[in-house]
Amino acid sequence: MIDIKKYEHITGKSAIDELYFLGEKLKGKKVKNINSTAVGGGVAEILTKMGPLMKQVGVDASWDVIKGDQKFFVVTKKIHNALHGKQEPFSAEDFDYFSQTARENAKSMDLSADIMFVHDPQPIMLVEKREELKNKWIWRCHVDITEARDEVYRFLRNYISFYDSCVFSAPSFSKKDITIPQVMICPSIDPLSDKNRELEKEEIDKVFEKFGIDRSRPVITQISRFDYLKDPLGVIKVYKLVKKYNDCQLILAGGGATDDPEGMKVYEEVKESAGNDKDIHILLLPQDDLLINALQRGSDIILQKSLKEGFGLTVSEALWKEKPVIASAVGGIPLQITHKYGGLLTYSIDGTAYYLKQLLNEPAYAAQLAKNGKEHVKNNFLITRHLREYLLLFLSVYNKEDVVYF
Amino acid sequence: MPEFEFKTEIHLVKLLGIKARNIRELCETLESVPLSSVYYHTHKFLKQHHFLSPEPPNDFAYWVNNTLNIRMLAEKLASVDTVKFSSLEELRLQLCAIMAEWLKLGMPANDCAAGDEFHFMSCQTFILPTGHKAANLSEFREKLKIVDINSIYFHIFEARLRLKKNQNDFQSWLMEIGEKEIAEKLGNLDPYNITLENLRKRVLGLIK
Repeated sequence: MIDIKKYEHITGKSAIDELYFLGEKLKGKKVKNINSTAVGGGVAEILTKMGPLMKQVGVDASWDVIKGDQKFFVVTKKIHNALHGKQEPFSAEDFDYFSQTARENAKSMDLSADIMFVHDPQPIMLVEKREELKNKWIWRCHVDITEARDEVYRFLRNYISFYDSCVFSAPSFSKKDITIPQVMICPSIDPLSDKNRELEKEEIDKVFEKFGIDRSRPVITQISRFDYLKDPLGVIKVYKLVKKYNDCQLILAGGGATDDPEGMKVYEEVKESAGNDKDIHILLLPQDDLLINALQRGSDIILQKSLKEGFGLTVSEALWKEKPVIASAVGGIPLQITHKYGGLLTYSIDGTAYYLKQLLNEPAYAAQLAKNGKEHVKNNFLITRHLREYLLLFLSVYNKEDVVYF
Repeated sequence: MPEFEFKTEIHLVKLLGIKARNIRELCETLESVPLSSVYYHTHKFLKQHHFLSPEPPNDFAYWVNNTLNIRMLAEKLASVDTVKFSSLEELRLQLCAIMAEWLKLGMPANDCAAGDEFHFMSCQTFILPTGHKAANLSEFREKLKIVDINSIYFHIFEARLRLKKNQNDFQSWLMEIGEKEIAEKLGNLDPYNITLENLRKRVLGLIK
């Protein structure tokens, strides 16, 4: 069971006291989260943790899920893809069915909490009940809508305007034509989860021994699924450019390829590109957070040379482990890395190779970047900050002033 | 003797949905955004990166340097003496004047690459009690050692520019309790060129 007090040794007592203080200010207010699935996916994962944390600081939080049949979820999947910029054919019937399902849900659900916190597009239309219920409504968009298709965006915008405020994960996701307050709340990592918690040296050694990786020489690692957008082939090119001058090893590790035909194709191409080089370790892994944690912690330098990213939280995960990170300046990565302060931002294969050589040759510089990077994550990307901002968000719908005194 | 109550502050970041691709757009938009946005972009770095060396001091300079690669203009924007301004409006005018002058001289003002735009933001500030109070100089010094860094930030930066007071909160209280000399020395400190932890040390150093 997640316990807010266990974060105190990481964040300091005052940060936890603040959460209790804000929770107290929300006393008597009921907050209901609504999304479209109870399990699977990042939204359900964060709600599973956020609900209990909110309750622990005194917020009367609950969570409900909308119902829909396969036809509804086919439409919502198309909406999701279109928000990501994919060309999707929509019929009038698609929007009608989406609306009909939303209204059926609205009839059967209790939407009377003081603050209705609606996540993503699937339940967005529930806000039609706001006028009748006179409560506060917030829409949390977890999707990158930078390249959203106009037809779908316009449809959703009609409903966004009924909310009291909306929330996006990165500045570029915001829109000029949204008339309600737009808040930025970045995603976060949980420093106590299996993916991020401290590990014993033996736990790390065991994993490296299992894969036959020599830790006496520098280990460079990219953790990501085998996907062209993560540019694993580019990473191998980087390694080859660097290997001429610096003896090092490369780990490309990720999972989730078995049920993805393109993933398997990428995996095969990566293997072919690696050839017979025994210092390139290509690891197709099952979902195992502790294993990933150990690989990151045992590595010397972490790469995230993606061509496109949503937020790219793997960067924060690596920085939290105090690793020097070289990552592409895409998606939410520039929010996590300030170039040459808390890591290095790159735009090309040659650039990545150049920075990689720099870090391999200047370990003190690499260590300083890693130290700064960890501090930045500690201050800005932990789940406690995420919780604090959700509490402030709830308070903000009752307090509109620029400066609010408590 | 009046008590000093240490408060702290936390921010909720707001997105304005407005972006700039070049110096001209940056300048024109900066002229019209709310002052809370000017405050956010000139002070965010102090909080988010308080463990770093003091630079870069504001988002405008950082973007002009790192995205537009116009180093001379970035340096001009970075070296604006924020501490000398008593209002955010004056600070805004100075930043805009630097950019306007740059454009007038026909200096480089190209567009950034798509996706690298400057996004205007602002923040809503919530001020909270810390539970720490000081009734005299000795207690003040002891509390100053232990309060959260955000509390020091609030009393030094927020009070003066955003809440439009002539002095920072520490100075005002020190004057009230008759410690004029320390208050004056504190007034001579440029808090924008120092990390927050070092600022704490410097203030402590003034109160022997």
